[in-house]
Amino acid sequence: MKKITSCLWLILLYNGNAYTQTSLAASIANGKKVYQKNCLTCHQANGGGVPKMNPPLIHASFVMGNKKKLIQWVLLGSTEKVPIDGKYYSNNMPAQATLKDKEIADVLTYIRNNFKNKASAITPEEVKSTRVVKK
Amino acid sequence: MKTKFLFAVLFLFLIAANNSFAKSASDSIQHKKLKPDDVGLKLPEGFHAVKFAEGLGEARHITVTKHGDVYVKLSSLKNGKGIYYLHDSNGDGKADVKTGFGNYTGTGIGIKDGYLYASSDTKVYRYKLDANGKVINPDKPELIITGLLNRHEHESKPFTFDNNGNIYVTIGAYSNSCQVKDRTKGSPAMKPCPVLDSAGGIWEFKTDKENQTYGDGVRYATGLRNEMGIAWNNDVNALYVTQHGRDQLHDLFPDLYTDEQSAELPAECLYRLNKGDDAGWPYIYYDQIQHKKILAPEYGGDGKKEGGENAIDPLVAFPGHLAPNGLLFYEGNMFPEKFKHGAFIAFHGSWNRAPEPQKGYFVAFVPFKDGKPSGDWEVFADDFAGGAQFMSPNEAKHRPCGLAQGPDGSLYVSDDQGGTIYKITYTRK
Ligand code: HEC
Repeated sequence: MKKITSCLWLILLYNGNAYTQTSLAASIANGKKVYQKNCLTCHQANGGGVPKMNPPLIHASFVMGNKKKLIQWVLLGSTEKVPIDGKYYSNNMPAQATLKDKEIADVLTYIRNNFKNKASAITPEEVKSTRVVKK
Repeated sequence: MKTKFLFAVLFLFLIAANNSFAKSASDSIQHKKLKPDDVGLKLPEGFHAVKFAEGLGEARHITVTKHGDVYVKLSSLKNGKGIYYLHDSNGDGKADVKTGFGNYTGTGIGIKDGYLYASSDTKVYRYKLDANGKVINPDKPELIITGLLNRHEHESKPFTFDNNGNIYVTIGAYSNSCQVKDRTKGSPAMKPCPVLDSAGGIWEFKTDKENQTYGDGVRYATGLRNEMGIAWNNDVNALYVTQHGRDQLHDLFPDLYTDEQSAELPAECLYRLNKGDDAGWPYIYYDQIQHKKILAPEYGGDGKKEGGENAIDPLVAFPGHLAPNGLLFYEGNMFPEKFKHGAFIAFHGSWNRAPEPQKGYFVAFVPFKDGKPSGDWEVFADDFAGGAQFMSPNEAKHRPCGLAQGPDGSLYVSDDQGGTIYKITYTRK
């Protein structure tokens, strides 16, 4: 048991990242809860969205892409119709700015590591700095 | 022995009580004994469906000519075309001629007095038909109505006609519940709701006048969120519509509504509309469990307070979020007697029931007499989604959208998810 723990410590140290495996898992787990509470009705449990209405988040270039743009989108929402992977969606995305920095970081980390997406985690600090730049 | 028996009785009683609760309070959908069909639908005994056409993409509303040819409006272009003409030349029940025209997307389509009418999300055009019901000049339609609002929410413009030269167009509300910021928790509602000036109602125009816009039309009825089903009832000469009720009661008011209540409420309503009627959106919604018009939480409601003293009541209140996209009064002679004069409703199927399982994705029937429902509604054609219970709309194979009656009395159903047009017929034994 002790061996395993020290082994884990080694792995964590080796990773050397401020964002360790365990905190990534915790962030994803918390992000899932934030998602269920604030995003699921529209984007659905499987991330498949609603055809013609709410875009899918599955293997989505925007979700896996530029962190700042993604954070900005979720903070501000959207009523401007922009094509998403070539399609238009007939609904508004409500601004999520009332969520805390950590909640936004976690939910984005969750969607970036779920629904066939694979991308780096987003930290509360990154959300905070994007919020400040906003206006 | 005796106790065992008593327990069994108690057990049966509990099951029965439980079941009847589930039926009356939360799931009022009556799935009668329907038979599986070879195209994957379930239909009542004696009915049969074929796929009249496939591969049409987003097939929205449809209309059938006197000769049995179909026109379908698409909400995304197929080979650059937004309307398709479908013809079955060898009589095998399947279209073998498919011709596209019109370079705009949209939902509404219909035939009246020798013209085909079709709508984009801002305009209504018409095309003259020849004696065979074919469009004479597909590239040069007349522009009948223009400048209707499209704010990318409930922007479809379905329509129908009376027998006096008028066309009735749905202009859906570009909002869920008229909050300052749409669908945003904590954002207050606007009072009076400014959406209603130019949307959230039915507008009446002339069928034969070019270039009409808001100033030329009349707001025929208001307080209507999004009336996707719209049909004229020739028995009583009146307009009927089906409404998509508001969404997200739980998301926006988690302290007042549970997930389960939010899945079931509010009702999707079938209304009869007289000129000047107000159905009460966004101030109230109809609760089909309490059978009451309830003040919307954005306007001070708590799920119990009543409101809408001047708002009309629905004729039928269906369970929440089933999305009634098509309405048709059956005037044919092919189907059994009980169907004559009744209403078919195409339910596109829910999304706003999440995290509860989705429902709808069927065609329902309401028997009618003298313009009023004369019995309970029932599911008529089921399993468009593809069978088992499912959670997310993108898993559905087909979603019913439009309805039309063929000259022989057959029923056509369009599907905007699988791009299929079904033709349903009945054979008397
Ligand atoms: C009321 C429905 C609704 C809710 C709730 C909602 N969204 Fe959205 N979302 C939309 C719509 C509609 C769009 C597309 C908007 C447009 O085209 O202008 C969208 C777009 C997006 C996009 C861009 C997708 C892409 O591939 O480009 C992301 C990312 C996203 N939403 C994430 C979220 C997250 C995370 C939450 C919860 C914190 C959330 N949404 C809550 C409706 C919603």
